[in-house]
Amino acid sequence: MIKDQDFLKAKAAYCLDVAKKIGASNASVIIGHSISETVNFRNNNLDESNRSDGLAFSIDTYIGKKKSSISSSNLLDENLNKLITKCYETTKITPEDEFNSLPDKNLLADSLKNLNIYDDTHIENDKKIDYLKELESTASKDKKIVNTESSFTEKKSNFILANSDGFCSGYKTSSFTASCVAVAKDEKSMERDYEYSSKRYLDDIKDPQSLGKIASDQTIRKLSPKKIGSEKLSVIFDKRIAKGMLSVFASAISSSAIARGTSFLKDQLNEQIFSNSINIIDKPDIIKGLGSKNFDSEGVKSETLNLVKEGVLKSYLVDSYNGRKLNLKSNGRSGGTTNLYFENGNQSYDELLKINSKCIYITETIGHGSNLVTGDYSVGATGFLVEGGEFKYPINEITIAGNFKDMFKKIFLANDLEFDYSTNSPTMMIEGMTVAGK
Amino acid sequence: MSNFFNKSDLERKDAENIVSDTLKNCDDGELYLEDSKSESIVLDDNKIKSSNYSSDLGFGLRAVSDEVVAYSYSNEISKDSLKSSAESIHSTLKSIKGTYNNEIPKSNKKFYNDINPIEQKTLNSKLEVLNKVNEYLRKKGGAVKQVTANFLGEHKSIEIIRSGGEAITDIRPLIRFNVSVILEKDGRKETGVYGIGGRQSYDDYLQNDNWKSVCEEAFRIASVNLESKPAPAGEMKVVLGPGWPAILIHEAIGHGLEGDFNRKKTSAFHNLMGQKVASEGVTIVDDGTIDNRRGSLTIDDEGTPTERTVLIENGILKNFMQDRLNARLMKTRSTGSGRRENYRHVVLPRMRNTMMLSGKQTQDEMIKSVDKGIFAVSFGGGQVDITSGKFVFNCTEAYEIINGKIGSPIKGATLIGDGPSILKEVSMVGNDMMLDPGIGTCGKAGQGVPVGVAQPSILIDRMTVGGTKL
Repeated sequence: MIKDQDFLKAKAAYCLDVAKKIGASNASVIIGHSISETVNFRNNNLDESNRSDGLAFSIDTYIGKKKSSISSSNLLDENLNKLITKCYETTKITPEDEFNSLPDKNLLADSLKNLNIYDDTHIENDKKIDYLKELESTASKDKKIVNTESSFTEKKSNFILANSDGFCSGYKTSSFTASCVAVAKDEKSMERDYEYSSKRYLDDIKDPQSLGKIASDQTIRKLSPKKIGSEKLSVIFDKRIAKGMLSVFASAISSSAIARGTSFLKDQLNEQIFSNSINIIDKPDIIKGLGSKNFDSEGVKSETLNLVKEGVLKSYLVDSYNGRKLNLKSNGRSGGTTNLYFENGNQSYDELLKINSKCIYITETIGHGSNLVTGDYSVGATGFLVEGGEFKYPINEITIAGNFKDMFKKIFLANDLEFDYSTNSPTMMIEGMTVAGK
Repeated sequence: MSNFFNKSDLERKDAENIVSDTLKNCDDGELYLEDSKSESIVLDDNKIKSSNYSSDLGFGLRAVSDEVVAYSYSNEISKDSLKSSAESIHSTLKSIKGTYNNEIPKSNKKFYNDINPIEQKTLNSKLEVLNKVNEYLRKKGGAVKQVTANFLGEHKSIEIIRSGGEAITDIRPLIRFNVSVILEKDGRKETGVYGIGGRQSYDDYLQNDNWKSVCEEAFRIASVNLESKPAPAGEMKVVLGPGWPAILIHEAIGHGLEGDFNRKKTSAFHNLMGQKVASEGVTIVDDGTIDNRRGSLTIDDEGTPTERTVLIENGILKNFMQDRLNARLMKTRSTGSGRRENYRHVVLPRMRNTMMLSGKQTQDEMIKSVDKGIFAVSFGGGQVDITSGKFVFNCTEAYEIINGKIGSPIKGATLIGDGPSILKEVSMVGNDMMLDPGIGTCGKAGQGVPVGVAQPSILIDRMTVGGTKL
């Protein structure tokens, strides 16, 4: 059973009490508990079961403007006493930093919305096995599929965040995730692809047959890929890759990157960084949203942010520490974005594919080729050659490269936005990228 | 050595009984206990940004029957907790009839000392080094826009209890020291990063003011990058420098030679054992036994002593890297390659220190032989698609080669290649093998483990460079 609020609150209060008693001027503590159960299948048979049950605690202690932190998984009182004392001793010799302190009291979340992000339903491992059997039998139907690996995970979490200014709040969350990775083979090649479905509520998970079918189809269509020549081309990013552009954007407008002066989007507030058709929103209160939350990791209330309006950057993602450095108020984004998305574009998916007589459609990228300081981008890519709006053949062993400052201005979006992840994008096209192949 | 049984109601005898009972009809499995302490001290933006300490304690109980693994972990070491893990495992493995394999090789060799690096250096002296790094680099002038330096230290104590009560222990120190500097010139910013580390104390790596040479190297890389031009795009010859660029070997070849992918036949190498997969003169080993290296282990996380495993000998594929489960199913022996990030994770076959051994040529000969290509000296990270064999890595320091001479530095670009064929494109192997500075972390199935790499300079006849200049 997941530990209840009372248990976590009592532990949090205990920690704050210990910190206060030994002399900390302030403290902030997070106590969390999560249980997750996973069943893995491989080639229609049970492969692995995995159960995890984990408590976690972390505390920041302050002495004036000095701060230090400690975390542990051992919540026995004796251990907490020892660690909090160690944390306090470390704080004493840590230099002062004028920007260190608890978040402003008037920004703290004062009430909780019901976001429907906790489903109490428990799915027994036997039922997970039934789901995976059905999934894998669909996924492995085609003879070209030589291996399937699937999993079903149920996760329940609860947490309490408390600080010495009197903030004390937390709530339960749940997630159910089913996934399938398939491997297909023909005379010339072996390819892998996947599909997954992750939801807050068990009933919302994609049905096993559709999930298995999509994984299988997506894998088979990658067989016998070709390498294309090097040239400038328009690149279409499948939704599951397009959302990565938003993650890069979010990292580049985090107040820490801005305050350190190490972001390619520094000094761009109120500047046109996308074309004027682009709007980016971070909305924390989507019902059942995978990124939904009431407050950030400091307890600051999170409200909807229109980060980009008609292409103009309107706001950074601000936490308390970096906010003070930049003379900005925290907007409840310590720990990052919530449900981040591009608003829909004007054209349909089919129209987007037809804009150029020749382009490439990317379904997967590999490598860590995003440089947030310079904005340079270069990654390995796999996908399809598209001519006249038609998928011609699969392609791989190519790279795509550009610079985000330039790429952002050339983003076109389709109107097929769905909320499958915590960060979501419609299908995206960027014109004139450098494709390197043969 | 941690005593996992003195602070709970769980006694060693109880634990042994539960383990033996749980694994009765299983082929393999164990109770893995872990007590780890770690610290991270960061200087950034002219200040000590954070000093974090973390202590983690827990166990993982694993039962293996044929191909099926049942795993349950908890960070509460108690009788109840271990019993509920055992029950969870029983519910997965209902009707099984295996015979427990009691055999596990023994060795008295140790590849690092039982030290606690966190306690061996006071916080004050660590802070002092970080502040000196900041002052030293900031003194270099106005181009220095940002300096980040950090210490990462870890002390991990593990115990493996097998069915029948056999216990195997290990204590693993690990440290890293990193410096990152950002320079700005004419509105352009570039980063340089360098780090060192391994399984010794901080001071073993920092003696004779060695932090200065780490600073100099980070500064040098950033300075080079400030002068860099757009990288070329397309297929060309690539000369790789010695040492850290061996992450190419790690990505392109290493992962594909891990036992699990080959047992499941999802690796591009699964049907190539005994065949020629590399040019003559190419020999690659995975070695867990080099003293104090980041990727070295006295025993792996199943209790098997590590070894030096020859993967490719003179171009011929000789061995895969195995843990006990994959070894048993592939009818071979464990190579001591079973690793896990911590008690929260199952064991997987993983790399340790992956090395290409020296050949006869010089780096000079390689450069001279190239009309048009690039010379890659340092990399960020890499990644591989095991199934298609395609791999990438990102240059952080590279130069163009024109008519046999090293030219201008070029901007960071991704290089992409095909694992099973890339080693056949190696046309020269240098005589200058070098180990990396001790900074690698390998990710697989969501688990990060420390690894090392090494190689001499090599010439690859054909690779695709992912620049922007056509």
